Amino acid sequence: MKRLRRTMLFVPGNNPGMIKDAGIYAQDAIMFDLEDSVSLAEKDAARFLVYEALMTMDYGDKELVVRINDPSARGGREDLEAIVRTRRAVIRLPKTETAEDVLLCEKEIARIEGECGIEEGSTPMMAAIESAAGVLNAREIAFSSKRLTGIALGAEDYVTDLKTNRSPGGIELLFGRSMILLAARAAGIDAIDTVYSDVNNEEGFRAEVELIHQLGFDGKSIINPRQIKTVHEIYTPSEKEIAKAQAVMEAIEEARRKGSGVISLNGKMVDRPIVLRAQRVLALARAAGVLREEAENDA
Amino acid sequence: MKVLKAAVSGTMESSDIMVTVAPNEGGGLAIDLNSTVEKQFGAAIRAAIAETLEQLGIRDARVTAVDKGALDCVIRARVKASAFRACEREDYVWEVRT
Repeated sequence: MKRLRRTMLFVPGNNPGMIKDAGIYAQDAIMFDLEDSVSLAEKDAARFLVYEALMTMDYGDKELVVRINDPSARGGREDLEAIVRTRRAVIRLPKTETAEDVLLCEKEIARIEGECGIEEGSTPMMAAIESAAGVLNAREIAFSSKRLTGIALGAEDYVTDLKTNRSPGGIELLFGRSMILLAARAAGIDAIDTVYSDVNNEEGFRAEVELIHQLGFDGKSIINPRQIKTVHEIYTPSEKEIAKAQAVMEAIEEARRKGSGVISLNGKMVDRPIVLRAQRVLALARAAGVLREEAENDA
Repeated sequence: MKVLKAAVSGTMESSDIMVTVAPNEGGGLAIDLNSTVEKQFGAAIRAAIAETLEQLGIRDARVTAVDKGALDCVIRARVKASAFRACEREDYVWEVRT
């Protein structure tokens, strides 16, 4: 089953308390940050900390991601040397502007995999797009490497690059979000939305998650465990949606039993997009734990 | 590796450990530990510090550690960061997880 990426919790890489606690929440992914949340003087210490945590800590089935520093510089290359060897984390490339940025990082990863006998191609990547140039190149970035599991918007740098700032409605992000989403969909990978920094504005956060959910994003980067519940709520299908999805899957099963090529439900044709939507609804329902046992057997 | 100067990493925050590694030429390993969990884990923390330094080939060092309930992996990470800084080395060794 496809991995869900509804919530990706940022954890500053030099904070042992947060690294220790990161596993106790319900988020789908943990993103350990070696980049912007770590001061220049502590880059080495954070790298040791995240490396040691990945080598020993049990985070269950959560996806583990490490945001590295610019891999064209020494620090970023050292991040890769350490993190690739843990064989446990997705490498998140920051400030991706071109497909070449991804390829350069991929080349380094492949070299390290080769040097230490790790299966080539086994280290996944994701790319964060945080500039006007990056958004305009989103398509090329999304298609640049088979290692990419998704692309993400990094809005703080992006709005600065646009010479604006973030507004409550997020109109300034509409083009960037749409571009990243379309590029991800065209390439068949995930689209992850940016963080919402005002942790105390629950209403604003909810409105933003509803917006990105409706746009089609797979999930959102979050900066506080308090934000997990809201995202999962919005990404949990309603009873009505689940019932409809189950009916679609039952209609398929029924048609298969009868050997019928044409599938219909309540007099309407069930075609591929409807089946795909139904499967996604059921996957989300299962992840949220709202799918009943017998329904699971049917699905 | 040879300790050339005193160097520190880590903080005084909860779950962290502040480790200072300083020269102790010919004096072996001296560990001065101050921990919130000294009674229960003092021996284990000292052992983790000593073992990490031994892996790095450091025999002579004066270590001062102020522990605020750090996990084993945090202790190792802080000792390594301080040790490499104290030895003025950047030729890190990363093992492959099996």
